[in-house]
Amino acid sequence: MEHPLTQYIHPGCPPFDIREYEMTGGYAAVRKALGSMTPKEVQTLVKDSGLKGRGGAGFSTGIKWGVVPMDEHAPHPKYLIANADEMEPGTFKDRLLLEGNPHQLIEGMILAAYAIQAGVSFIFLRWAYKKAAQLLRRSIHEAYVAGFLGKNILGSGFSLEMYLHTGVGRYMCGEETALLNALEGKRATPRAKPPYPQISGLYGKPTIVNNVETLCNIPHIVNNGVEWFKGLSYSEDSGTKLYGVSGKVNNPGCWELPMGVTIRELIEEYAGGMKNGYQLKGVLPGGASTDFLTAEHLDIKMDFTDVQKAGSRLGTGTMVVMDDATCPVGFVHNLQHFFAQESCGWCTPCREGLPWVEKMLLSLEQGTGTAEDMELLEMHTHMLGPGNTFCALAPGAMEPLQSALKYFKDDFEKHISLHKCPYE
Amino acid sequence: MSTIYIDNKTYEVKQGKNLLEACLGLGIDVPYFCWHPALGSVGACRQCAVKVFKDENDTHGKLMMSCMENIKEGLRVSVADKTAQAFRSQVIEWLMTNHPHDCPVCDEGGSCHLQDMTVMTGHDYRRYHFKKRTYTNQYLGPFIHHEMNRCIQCYRCVRYYHDYAGGKDLNVFAAHNHVYFGREWDGVLQSPFSGNLAEVCPTGVFTDKTLREHYTRKWDLTTAPSVCQHCSVGCNTIAGERYEKVRCITNRFNSQINGYFLCDRGRFGYEFVNSANRITQPLVRHQAVEAVDEATLMGHMRKLLSGQTLIGIGSPRASVESNTALMQLVGRENFYQGISDNVGFIERRIVEVMQTGAVQPASLQDIQQSDAILVLGEDIWNTAPVMALSVRQSVLKTAAHQALEHNEGIPMWHDAAIHELVQHEKGFLANCTISASPLDEISTCVLRHAPDDLARLGFAIAHQLNGWLPRVLVDEDTLAYIIDIAVFLQQAKRPVIISGTSCYNEALIRAAFDIAVACKATGNEVRLAYVMPECNSMGLAMMQAPSFESAVLRTTREKNITAIVLENDLYRNVPALVADLFFNSVEHCIVLDSLNNPTTQQADILIPAATFAEGDGTLVNYEGRAQRFFQVFMPGHTTLRESWKWLLKMKAVRAGDTNNGVYHPEDVLAQAEQLLPQFAGISDSAPHHDFRINGQALPREPHRYSGRTAMLSNLAVSEPKPKQDDDSPFSFTMEGYPGMPPSPLIPFFWSPGWNSIQAVNKYQQEPGGALKNEQAGKLLFAYIPDAKPGYFKDIPEAFVVRNNKWLLFPQYHLFGSEELSAYAEGVRELSPEPYVALSANDAAQLGLGHGQTVTVKVFEQAYDLQVQIDSSLPNGLVLIPAGLQNMPVMNWNGYVSLIKGSGKP
Repeated sequence: MEHPLTQYIHPGCPPFDIREYEMTGGYAAVRKALGSMTPKEVQTLVKDSGLKGRGGAGFSTGIKWGVVPMDEHAPHPKYLIANADEMEPGTFKDRLLLEGNPHQLIEGMILAAYAIQAGVSFIFLRWAYKKAAQLLRRSIHEAYVAGFLGKNILGSGFSLEMYLHTGVGRYMCGEETALLNALEGKRATPRAKPPYPQISGLYGKPTIVNNVETLCNIPHIVNNGVEWFKGLSYSEDSGTKLYGVSGKVNNPGCWELPMGVTIRELIEEYAGGMKNGYQLKGVLPGGASTDFLTAEHLDIKMDFTDVQKAGSRLGTGTMVVMDDATCPVGFVHNLQHFFAQESCGWCTPCREGLPWVEKMLLSLEQGTGTAEDMELLEMHTHMLGPGNTFCALAPGAMEPLQSALKYFKDDFEKHISLHKCPYE
Repeated sequence: MSTIYIDNKTYEVKQGKNLLEACLGLGIDVPYFCWHPALGSVGACRQCAVKVFKDENDTHGKLMMSCMENIKEGLRVSVADKTAQAFRSQVIEWLMTNHPHDCPVCDEGGSCHLQDMTVMTGHDYRRYHFKKRTYTNQYLGPFIHHEMNRCIQCYRCVRYYHDYAGGKDLNVFAAHNHVYFGREWDGVLQSPFSGNLAEVCPTGVFTDKTLREHYTRKWDLTTAPSVCQHCSVGCNTIAGERYEKVRCITNRFNSQINGYFLCDRGRFGYEFVNSANRITQPLVRHQAVEAVDEATLMGHMRKLLSGQTLIGIGSPRASVESNTALMQLVGRENFYQGISDNVGFIERRIVEVMQTGAVQPASLQDIQQSDAILVLGEDIWNTAPVMALSVRQSVLKTAAHQALEHNEGIPMWHDAAIHELVQHEKGFLANCTISASPLDEISTCVLRHAPDDLARLGFAIAHQLNGWLPRVLVDEDTLAYIIDIAVFLQQAKRPVIISGTSCYNEALIRAAFDIAVACKATGNEVRLAYVMPECNSMGLAMMQAPSFESAVLRTTREKNITAIVLENDLYRNVPALVADLFFNSVEHCIVLDSLNNPTTQQADILIPAATFAEGDGTLVNYEGRAQRFFQVFMPGHTTLRESWKWLLKMKAVRAGDTNNGVYHPEDVLAQAEQLLPQFAGISDSAPHHDFRINGQALPREPHRYSGRTAMLSNLAVSEPKPKQDDDSPFSFTMEGYPGMPPSPLIPFFWSPGWNSIQAVNKYQQEPGGALKNEQAGKLLFAYIPDAKPGYFKDIPEAFVVRNNKWLLFPQYHLFGSEELSAYAEGVRELSPEPYVALSANDAAQLGLGHGQTVTVKVFEQAYDLQVQIDSSLPNGLVLIPAGLQNMPVMNWNGYVSLIKGSGKP
């Protein structure tokens, strides 16, 4: 089993510096692409590889790049941005890549920038990732010194500047257009699409925003080709995936595995099964903003298509396991508190709806909830659906709620009939 | 045009619009908050959701925000769709979770967009039973009251204040459901366009603080269409009254002039009408009881009017009717403009060039739509504020159009995307003035020179545009700017040249004209605007009478002169010495005015004149547009009436007629037309007094006016007979034609379901467009496309700095420089203290620091003033604020000397 993204990551050991990185084949993809491939060829390669965005939406990276205007009249400069604002509750996969092998990200960014002919790139990093910031700063400097960044990289005529930008801790900045506003120094509110960032992004110029894990895949695709990349996977979605498991399991963690391992394999083989005395009650397969799956879904494949078929989303691929000793109402309340707090305040449904939902859940949890609250919660799951709000934050927030209402309705009703939390 | 389907009905609608605009334009009510016709769409509030279907087979559809949906051929939507309706009602329920239920005590109640939209969506029952979030309010200055708890976070305030008006100190803070709209700390809002927040805000967060002082509901106001009295732009307003007090001024939309917005001087200056300083009764001086009744007054008047030579001193702030009536009373040869010759000379030149018809005057709409603007020597921010706001829109829109040339997919209404695309790009604006202006930050080219040098700059630009015109010697740096400006003006399709009188420099007027004529010769649609000092300066200047100094000269030579001074404080227009000489030389003096001032002190007979609120009249704005303002209420003091009525009466008295006949405003205007052919057509600037619709007059009071039978019951139990208005098509009651009046006669914007000022949508041909059958006054200067006027060519000498002499110019202040508004408390509060500004270099040479006192010698008079160092000011010039109360008239455009004072700070 290959682990291309994490093969040189050894928790506890410092990450490779540029010399070590190059010795293990690092920056070969940059030499190859800039030396012998046209930007269009890189785009086509990535499109053919079937790589889908690892940030949660699962959109084809190659198709996304393909929208960027490439003719000589295209606006200038174009921008490439690595979205390293990893703040989804339960998600810590990008952190592993950032702290474990920063040069791999930089190399991926150079390739992506080359493919869209971007002249300037940014890494938008979550504020709390202090160690990653330090490592990235050093690695970017090393890459400049080695001539992989700056003017006329490797004599190819292609130039790229790279900057590290650390956020101030808003979940909203993970949304690519809110990220762009934040980067411009504006309020982190999302932008309406269209126009898409590929056409009018950072400072109104064509911009690509890719997730860290997505970008880390690029060097390996360039080095090893489409067939190899497809062959890594157990499913129709190509490549490997960084999966994570958190919750009351014996061995919570993050592993790079072929795309399409099952939930059962992940929990039982890699996470070591449930802790003694705990039963699995539900799983958020792709982070806090995905629908619950239950024990009956354990054999579905963790890829974009199958998880969706089961009624949830692969999301970031980092699952949160809920055990039978945890109150689902309290669990969902905790999530809604997070989402209500992280709402940017731009559109009405999210700004006003989420705090209402949060208050009703707290009221249920404290035993003062009513049957009407159940109706109102149900109503919110519909009214805060996709398209009704300005961005995907509130619809994402509704996913665990709507599925909790479906799978754990008994628990909700007990809170009302007992006038207290039955898990107390 | 595109064919679209709304609820299975076919409509033809304009392309380039969004679906919300299209629906509102078709009369289909779709509720909205964050969209505003002047601000465009951002899609934030989610209130305007409708169902959009892929094609005729799609029965499911998708909720979309109509403000973000571009009109395209075959678009299929449903507004009535159940899901869409439920969602719109839900959005209101969400907004209401935190909105206080304080409508009965809220200033917005009854004219509240949020109330209207709530009713429109049908939401009526509260299901949220938790606590509401609360905020601390801020002190925002004398004009705007802040009540944040009512906020529904539509973001319109910051989008207006920041993006549209360029203000910096109102912002949005915090996030999620704690978003806060206000200032970083308490303090006076810095933008002079802050009053518009009261209309932009869909609920009661930002409300008119002056209205609050004497609050009246919209439905209890008697209102009439009016025209702003506080500068030469002539913004259209609605004035509201109850119990003989003007309660508020609101914007009266029209597409040609002010559109949706007023400046704060125009909105809040009205309080001079309620001032304690008003003259309410006729006074005859030098007797035991000076206040007299009308019969006594007329007796005295007869003495003064007969057997004397009458001379009339006209006024730039009195209506055309009043000035005409005065001219008729005294005879044309005895009528003088009540302004100093140094302004009169410039104004005559402006009238002369506008009368050539060679260049079209620029309306504010023309300015907004222009693609290159040159401001030559006029501080429009302070002298014509809403014009400055229009200039800003031109700069922003031009940049947007340029950006969209490469991004055809983005529609013009998509405000957020346009902002993103445009970033900091600006359309062309050259701001060439004496000293710094807030417009500089949006100017492509900023030049600071003495007025003569600005005029030379103008002639040099004209030379660049037309090589036959004389060359002007300028330094290399300036030449580079000149070439730049000329190129931009030449390449523009609709350039606008703006100048005016505030520099007291006639050469500027000629230079601006030469540039405009040279531009026109290159084939573009150039327009020209000259800002004038007061609301009817143009009307007075068009009467082409000699200036005040000629009258003074005459009074010193002739005996037995009775002077009649019309609404004019001569001490504001000429130095006190000259005014004193005048009053000492005339035998008698009759003064008509609304407020006591140094001139009224000199009157033998003082007659109370109606203001815009109590009387009818016509003003001619800077572009030669004659506009009627209508009496709002009939004052209890029967002797308080329009000057023109008094003057007609005096004419009858002088002629020995007991009956002075009945004259309506249009009759006086018709006489003006006869007397002065340049006023041809002015009597049609608004419908005549006998205009009726279906035989009905137009009500000044809305259908929900309350308290009519009770208002005066403390005086008499029976309901008094309504007052009769013989001068206009309006009644003083709620009875009359209930429909939509013609555009010059709109007393209020109100439509079923639309109680707030947003009802203006219903009066427009399309949202944001012209009013239905819009008639924005009467333009008095005819445009003659093939007129071939001569160029002026005569170029002034370059300004030379003199030793120990400084050339003095006025610094206008939006608050404080205009006479009438300075009687409003809030305006006075924001007026500056007197100062003298000089360049950093000059200050250093004199050893003066900021805040030190210096003695300025003007006309052998000495004034101790605090020094302000203005680094933008050219050397050799000094500025003193213009028109402040209790500040004497200075020797503008004359040399003064500075004597360093004791040096105390």
